[in-house]
Amino acid sequence: MSLTRRRMIAATVAAGAGVSVAGVAARLARRYGLVPPDSGGIYGPGETLTYATQRLMTTHSTAREFSRNMISKAPFANEIPPLKEEFKRHQAAGFKEWKLTIDGMVAHPASLSLADLKTLPMRSQITELACEEGWSYIAEWIGTPLFEVLHAAGMVPQARYVVYRSIDRDWWESIDMADAMHPQTLLTYGMNDDDLPVRFGGPLRLRLPRQLGYKSLKFVDSITVTDSMKHFGKGLGSSSPEGGYAWYAGI
Amino acid sequence: MTPCYAPVVPTTVAAPATERSRHSAVVRVTHWITVLCFAALLVTGVEILLSHPRFYWGETGNVNMHPLFTLHVPSSRSMVPTGYAVLPDQNGWSRYLHFEAAWLLVLIGIVYVLASLWNGHLRRDLLPAREQRNWKAYAAVLGRYLHRAPVKESGAYNAVQRAAYLGVIFGLLPLLIWTGLALSPAVASVAPWAVEALGGRQSARTLHFFATIALVLFFVVHVVMVTLAGFWSRTRAMVTGVVKEEQL
Repeated sequence: MSLTRRRMIAATVAAGAGVSVAGVAARLARRYGLVPPDSGGIYGPGETLTYATQRLMTTHSTAREFSRNMISKAPFANEIPPLKEEFKRHQAAGFKEWKLTIDGMVAHPASLSLADLKTLPMRSQITELACEEGWSYIAEWIGTPLFEVLHAAGMVPQARYVVYRSIDRDWWESIDMADAMHPQTLLTYGMNDDDLPVRFGGPLRLRLPRQLGYKSLKFVDSITVTDSMKHFGKGLGSSSPEGGYAWYAGI
Repeated sequence: MTPCYAPVVPTTVAAPATERSRHSAVVRVTHWITVLCFAALLVTGVEILLSHPRFYWGETGNVNMHPLFTLHVPSSRSMVPTGYAVLPDQNGWSRYLHFEAAWLLVLIGIVYVLASLWNGHLRRDLLPAREQRNWKAYAAVLGRYLHRAPVKESGAYNAVQRAAYLGVIFGLLPLLIWTGLALSPAVASVAPWAVEALGGRQSARTLHFFATIALVLFFVVHVVMVTLAGFWSRTRAMVTGVVKEEQL
């Protein structure tokens, strides 16, 4: 009898300790920005564990870069949503009028043409694009690091997320500061020593090689800096969770 | 010196049903959580696989490249030429659930391994016993299986059972975790060697698939053996922890 009682007390204490540890961990995670915007619902605990663990592990790590002879001979361009009239007009004009707007928590909101973007420091990287479906290819990506644009726009220190949108507003994404300020996060306008083809997201694609391909949004024309994702769409961080896919795609 | 009289034992009276303790609480709880995780990982893994039922070797692979092999099943993507109709996309929830179940399995696996080291389950029940550390012990068990000979259980795992359980717990499951993590671009940025040692991203994906096949084979054999031993008595034992003496 006393043994079972002792056991029950021990189990209760252990369960209580477990719950309080989890509670403290959740509060710490929230304070240090380790909870993703799509942390609600039944998949929230798994997503939060993945995001928190990887955010702590990968703050300064860089995606694998490959040698030139590893570049895929026949990169695969996935299906893209039908291009709208506005895009076709830009395409006919050789994307001369394409503008990237930067607003939100910045001192100097701006609207940059591709030519303006090319006056900022350039970087190229040979990285792999991996799709959540399972396929992948390697290409050289050429563009302006996002942090250069954010610096030039005078991003305020309270910023926590960078929202970026495709010209087709159904498609929009966001990333945290660790990814936004990462040297490999590239506003990409060139691929394999040429302009970025439309099939691959040209004229401007945000390449994010430490996450899956769907975070590397095509046809980017708008950036907003913010401290909260609450008022963007359904508040889940991007159009991906609204379509059932995880906001954080580092896996 | 002792006279060889047969002992007088009443043979008509059944012995009182005694119960023998079989599985500890840690084993039972982690076993059933593992079953849940395995089911979730398998179903969602199949769903994710259907979006690209082609496998490659090396770093990269896509429909413009030669596959190592192709599964002749329908795909949930129109861009994959399969010759079948396109299935609905189930990758969103499948991916969320796949990784959540993987987390639960890893956490429960850590509890199981630590507890097994602590309480002697690993040394007593899983590592080969002294008399099992030779090929004859394995051959004897396999011979009994092949001849479908009735096996009176001793209450301890035999040599082949121990090898199978050890192989799954310390071989197959770690390999599945490793090949799975190698598919994470974020993990690869911290531990590129984890991908390179496997031969590249697509090799890791292919090995993840092969390891899954091996685990499914283990599962099938496991359930067949449980059924041969007595499905309900063994399943009850994994729930209540005890098995009735006469059912051994």
